[in-house]
Amino acid sequence: MDIAAKLAILADAAKYDASCASSGTSKRHSAPVRGGPARGLGSTEGAGICHSYAPDGRCISLLKVLLTNACAFDCLYCVNRASSNVPRARFSVQEVVDLTLDFYRRNYIEGLFLSSGVIRSPDYTMEHVVRVAKSLRLDHGFKGYIHLKTIPDASPELISEAGLYADRLSINVELPDEASLRRLAPEKDGRSVRRAMAGLRGRIEEAKVERRAPRFAPAGQSTQMIVGADAADDRAILKTSSTLYAGYQLRRVYYSAFSPIPDSSAALPLKPAPLMREHRLYQADWLMRFYGFSVDEITEGGGMLDLAMDPKLAWALRNRHFFPLDVQRASREELMRVPGLGRTTVDRILSSRRFRAVRSADLARIRVSLGKVAPFLRLADHRPSIALLESERLVERLVPRPRQLALAL
Amino acid sequence: MTPRRVVLAGPADVAGWRAAARRLLADGVPAEAVVWSSGGAEDLFCDAADGDAEAPSPPAPSFSVPRAFVELADAGLLHSDPGRFDLFYRLLVRVVADRSALGDAADPDLVRARALAKAVRRDKHKMTAFVRFREVGTEAGPRFVAWFEPDHHIVEATAPFFVRRFAAMRWSILTPGRSAHWDGQDLLFADGARRADAPDGDALEAVWRTYYASIFNPARLKVSAMRAEMPKKYWRNLPEAPLISPLIAGAARRTADMVAAEPPAPKKGQRLMSKPKPERLIDETAIDALRDEVDGCRNCPLWADATQAVFGEGPGDAEVVVVGEQPGDKEDIAGRPFVGPAGALFDRAAGEAGLDRSRVYVTNAVKHFKFEPRGKFRLHKTPAPSEIAACRPWLERELAVIRPKLVVAMGATAARAVVGKPVKIGDTRGRILESAEGPDVLVTVHPSFLLRLPDEARRREEFERFVGDLRLVAPFVKAA
Repeated sequence: MDIAAKLAILADAAKYDASCASSGTSKRHSAPVRGGPARGLGSTEGAGICHSYAPDGRCISLLKVLLTNACAFDCLYCVNRASSNVPRARFSVQEVVDLTLDFYRRNYIEGLFLSSGVIRSPDYTMEHVVRVAKSLRLDHGFKGYIHLKTIPDASPELISEAGLYADRLSINVELPDEASLRRLAPEKDGRSVRRAMAGLRGRIEEAKVERRAPRFAPAGQSTQMIVGADAADDRAILKTSSTLYAGYQLRRVYYSAFSPIPDSSAALPLKPAPLMREHRLYQADWLMRFYGFSVDEITEGGGMLDLAMDPKLAWALRNRHFFPLDVQRASREELMRVPGLGRTTVDRILSSRRFRAVRSADLARIRVSLGKVAPFLRLADHRPSIALLESERLVERLVPRPRQLALAL
Repeated sequence: MTPRRVVLAGPADVAGWRAAARRLLADGVPAEAVVWSSGGAEDLFCDAADGDAEAPSPPAPSFSVPRAFVELADAGLLHSDPGRFDLFYRLLVRVVADRSALGDAADPDLVRARALAKAVRRDKHKMTAFVRFREVGTEAGPRFVAWFEPDHHIVEATAPFFVRRFAAMRWSILTPGRSAHWDGQDLLFADGARRADAPDGDALEAVWRTYYASIFNPARLKVSAMRAEMPKKYWRNLPEAPLISPLIAGAARRTADMVAAEPPAPKKGQRLMSKPKPERLIDETAIDALRDEVDGCRNCPLWADATQAVFGEGPGDAEVVVVGEQPGDKEDIAGRPFVGPAGALFDRAAGEAGLDRSRVYVTNAVKHFKFEPRGKFRLHKTPAPSEIAACRPWLERELAVIRPKLVVAMGATAARAVVGKPVKIGDTRGRILESAEGPDVLVTVHPSFLLRLPDEARRREEFERFVGDLRLVAPFVKAA
């Protein structure tokens, strides 16, 4: 099998992992210092770069492949499960190294995201994954981004080595609760996944605090949950996320709407989960992390987020007594709760209100959509209608027509 | 007043603009009295013969301006808008007169300046993303050449990125306005080039296209999201772009096929991995058996959010068992008791009390960590009586195996678990409660109580009292 044929199989097998981040690692470059020679290949500059976008709207930042899609596990939601009939392939360590470097030199990618089906044993699999990263770093002086998927039961020595070469490590929790995991991924053990994440957090913190500790995954760890393959509702998913963020210092939790896979199992839902559900979960995740909302506030209207409107607007419509707010006097925390205001626009309002009584033209200039904020915000030249704020018409006014929604789905 | 005319060295001559702006500012020239021209192709009215162009002059005094303005101007001045030099000079005059002028986010000049800077930063970012090198064989080895069409005058400003990243390669980036060349040591800029000057292909592009087509998920088409980040204007220089239309066109059919397909008969499970029973690292003694068992405990809901059950630690024949409340954040991560701040304080107090810490078995009344997630942290929550009761059998079994002479209960939760009913610490602490059938009991405070005391003097006093309580323990250990 030639490289392109293997790549077709092993990239196809990797695409259900939503993570694409290449940001937040230590800064490195390979430029000559004081007239010396170039040192290796590559750089990382804090922010990541999306080198392309596929028509699914996802950023292509890393060469995301599996080392092999042969797998001993039979996780029903996974295209690579043992009982699936998909064609199998396996890269050699050298092939992945060469492909990464060839793509990188042409500026197609920021680096490598390498995962693997579990073959023979967790240690055997992890060792091969680590060998790719080690060769890139040591044989080729590669300074680009490396994300390695961690096999939960791999030995601590291999995990240490992985952290030495990788920028990010991740372990997918896959499903929000243990009952679903037992049903859909019988060989996966939720406990050992948690324990492995705890182990990563311990090492990441140690590397940060103790100057003599060896380098360990400077871009931290992340995880992914599949949405819509089991019966878990959005509240359960968000509760799990907030627990994981608090416990393991995760940089990100990725949500991946279950989508039909070739050769899928009869035990799975036939229909894909709406992409809008995934989108709402990301919005809710953002509200939890940056806007001071709790899971309970976000899901007080029910276990499932409203697909027709974003969770912040939904909260505002349930909590109309909180509004209207006075743009001149409201606190930052209060302004962050106004539908239509984001972190940047709130900062700009706070700075400009020291200079002027903020009017609608000012908001328009700092790119605030007046139609969205007008019902909730009192301005120097605008007094929101209390009647409108209390009436049912407000929903019609703020929520896009169902026809547009169907398109968005 | 005759207008002052400034001719810059080129459309990206930010240094020239700075020098001229300093001079104008020193001369007190108002913004409306300056005519800027870049000398570039964009400058239709540039007349080289015009005598009153600004002559090179000695360096003008420098003015201090906020860092934020410098950053804004450095980016915004590279925009292709012919009015940019004028706009930034006007803003400069205002900022020098009143440093707080930048604070008003709704100011029209500032809004425009920010828009220019943002467009330039985006253009630069897209250049780092969408430049595609093609490899060319030369006698001196491979050379990598790219053709790119930026919107603004960003080649000089963006080229250092490619040096930092591709220093070991020889490369050229050709654009209609400027070209950048790197030979491994030096970065050189030259005039613009034509598309035909760049190579028209690279054998690896077919492999890249294979990757692009394979990483795309046809079940989740989001064309507008793609186009927002990768606008069509870039497509003509992206080798993967010709695939976009056919991939979109085929997506619906591929998804429908996947959904309609009969679930296939599962393949006979290959034995790819033997799953041996995990080897025991430790002898199968009674206490280790308990340790394995407790991790599967589901007697109360606390297991669901915790990482693991944290069992006791210490000699299996200890004379003294010390019971704390529950594992904290650190203990939950490490899987070991008493490794957090409260544990460290206990160790210190035990040392002062002359207690041989290595002879003491330490454990908790509740084995899973109870907490409330709060952003990036977990806030400790006191276990409920039902949770203490649910966990009590584990403590009883631990004590039954170890058979200590004394149990030290630290804090109300531990006291409740050990005694079996609510206990007032203040009334019972500091004396050995003898028991006919079981081990004797000593109640004292939990070290985390000491950590929470805000008053330094009070904390010292309470620490001494705690050490005093622990002094009562030492004889039990020595008696062995």
